[in-house]
Amino acid sequence: MNKLNGIRLNHRKNTENSPTEEFHLPARVKIPMSMTMGASCQPLVKAGDMVKVGQKIGDSDAAFSVPIHSSVSGTVTAISDYRTASGAVCKAVEIETDGQQTVSEEVKPPVVTDRNSFIKAVRESGACGLGGAGFPTHIKLNPKTPVDTLVINAAECEPYITADYREMIENSADVIGGIKLVQSQLGIKGVKLAIEANKPEAIKKFTKMAEDDDSIDIVTLPSSYPQGAEKVIIYNSTGRIVMEGQLPSDVGVIVMNVSTVAFLCRYMHDGMPLVRRRLTIDGNAVSDPKNIMTVIGTSFRELLEYCKTDMDSVKKIVAGGPMMGMSIPDADMSVVKTSNALLAFDRYDQRKTSACIRCGRCVRVCPMGLMPADIDRAYKIKNIEELRKLKVMLCMNCGSCTYVCPANRKLAETNQLAKTLIPRK
Amino acid sequence: MNKLIVSPSPHDENYMKTSGIMLNVIIALIPALCAGCYIFGWRVITLTAVCVSSCMIFEYFSRRIMKRSNTVTDLSAVVTGVLLAMNLPVTLPYWMAVIGCFVAIVIVKQLFGGLGQNFANPAITARIVLMVSFPSAMSHWIQPASYEYDAVSSATPLAMGEGAELPSYLDLLLGNVGGCLGETCALALLAGGLYLAARRIISLAAPVAFIGSLAALMAIAGEDPLYHILAGGVFLGAFFMATDYATTPITFKGKLVFGLGCGIITFVIRKFGSYPEGVSFSILLMNILTPYIDQMTRTKIFGAKEAEKNEG
Repeated sequence: MNKLNGIRLNHRKNTENSPTEEFHLPARVKIPMSMTMGASCQPLVKAGDMVKVGQKIGDSDAAFSVPIHSSVSGTVTAISDYRTASGAVCKAVEIETDGQQTVSEEVKPPVVTDRNSFIKAVRESGACGLGGAGFPTHIKLNPKTPVDTLVINAAECEPYITADYREMIENSADVIGGIKLVQSQLGIKGVKLAIEANKPEAIKKFTKMAEDDDSIDIVTLPSSYPQGAEKVIIYNSTGRIVMEGQLPSDVGVIVMNVSTVAFLCRYMHDGMPLVRRRLTIDGNAVSDPKNIMTVIGTSFRELLEYCKTDMDSVKKIVAGGPMMGMSIPDADMSVVKTSNALLAFDRYDQRKTSACIRCGRCVRVCPMGLMPADIDRAYKIKNIEELRKLKVMLCMNCGSCTYVCPANRKLAETNQLAKTLIPRK
Repeated sequence: MNKLIVSPSPHDENYMKTSGIMLNVIIALIPALCAGCYIFGWRVITLTAVCVSSCMIFEYFSRRIMKRSNTVTDLSAVVTGVLLAMNLPVTLPYWMAVIGCFVAIVIVKQLFGGLGQNFANPAITARIVLMVSFPSAMSHWIQPASYEYDAVSSATPLAMGEGAELPSYLDLLLGNVGGCLGETCALALLAGGLYLAARRIISLAAPVAFIGSLAALMAIAGEDPLYHILAGGVFLGAFFMATDYATTPITFKGKLVFGLGCGIITFVIRKFGSYPEGVSFSILLMNILTPYIDQMTRTKIFGAKEAEKNEG
């Protein structure tokens, strides 16, 4: 089996041995109504309402939506407009906390009798992919074609981030529990728990825990970026190739993030929906990098200040990893379900872009085997036919090409722009 | 608090810049240059200095006249200057070297759009232009270790007639033979090439295919393969010209094809042509074929469906 291309990054997993710290309850939270892929939710509460922890405060009838629950108990002060990291505007529910964290009566363990009730329960949990992309979990767990393999994505291939790693070390029983849950509900035969080689502790731990279970296979992935990309992790753990235009379920695979399965396990026991999450706070402007567990809706600024960040020196804040995360315009944005990391830097890339020297580094590193330098040229002359031939639509924006380019050309960005030229069928 | 900078991902930076790559190439050329200096004397240094400085000056002014950004700092002109110098006989008059630099930088490189846009290797093309313009000056070889430049003329190993006493392998390895000032010491060139490969600046695909195919063909033709790869400009061409980014194919497969083509053409010229040396011509000819090789050796895209035939 050929290995797919990848790049060696400086991992900077500074927080891998920092146990998760519980963040104090913020005085107010702002919960955006759009956190996941798909339609944004309509607020179910209005200013002045009292809310409790776990109470549903936003939902939508759209097929691709996930309900949103209050992460705190307190009073709704306003329903405001909120600009998300991707630039879209949605509503946000602002809540002043009462410090009691009273749990809502709605919160009780779900009753699961068959696959339908399981999928329904998963939707009600508000779960989405916690690795960053935020794909609605209830849709992922309801594939149209039969699935025989569950791949658990525990690669965490981006630098800095250790949130999934801490989940594996601190809540390993939940991880295994979640795997068994999904396995039994969907009737899946084999499980591949795929962990990158730079996490030997986690590999050791799960190899021991899965010793007596023949259906769970621990896969050690090479320590090269991007191992966690869906098509890459499927190929490297099962050898199956997800063809252009196919979904993983078309080749009999479902890929789930390791923290997501662990969350599902806890939800089945206590019925508490997704209202808290762990995120890694790091970056060279952060003096005291940490892993923090906090309620959804916490302001990024409070977290950064808590981690002793000199806010005056910060020039760039990234929500997510440094390779695929989004730089945000405002430190007062909120922690959402998909926030796996918060990075603050006191500098940014100021190099000028120069001419392509045809060194071929971008071609060498592309995990999909694309030729970014050629796409760059075809994009410049708007040659749509050529862009189609070069299969620019297969680019997953992992950023490896931009990262290695000695001329500092923004190749990954160009790929995304080139995609917009190709008319959708 | 500052205004936050918002830019598309990735936000992590890599520190290998164009100038860093060029600097590594210069470092890799130093052993061969030192060897040349030891073999042919101090004029190696002055000739190289003339080439480097005139290349930089041509680069600066041609960019200025064309109202383009200044690119002297990317060091590519320095590399061209050193490479061109290494392709010249040590006795070449300075003004001829300056003409070579003009051809390399202004005509071959900048008129086609500058770094990365030129279709032919500037140093190789300049050498060929000088060779056809000043044939006697460009084939005025002096005996190694002779510091009186005009005293003795000698032939390069490849131009030696039948019956002449050929230099030993050791002399060829150490460069103790007549030839261009930077091409004679195979050992120093090999060291530079391996350094670049170890730093992952170049791929060894083209050099190995080039040297390998030339040796194989020479062996089949009944010639001494080792002699042919060590003599002349094979090592300089294979490691430093057949690996030039702008003028050779991008993919591994393409580089193999390129090297193979260079080996075959060099063999044909040396064996059947009237020129004793064929490396420059072979690389230039393959430079011209590079866009076609690139078209035919594209990468295999992961999970891509075959293009539908009736499309469009």
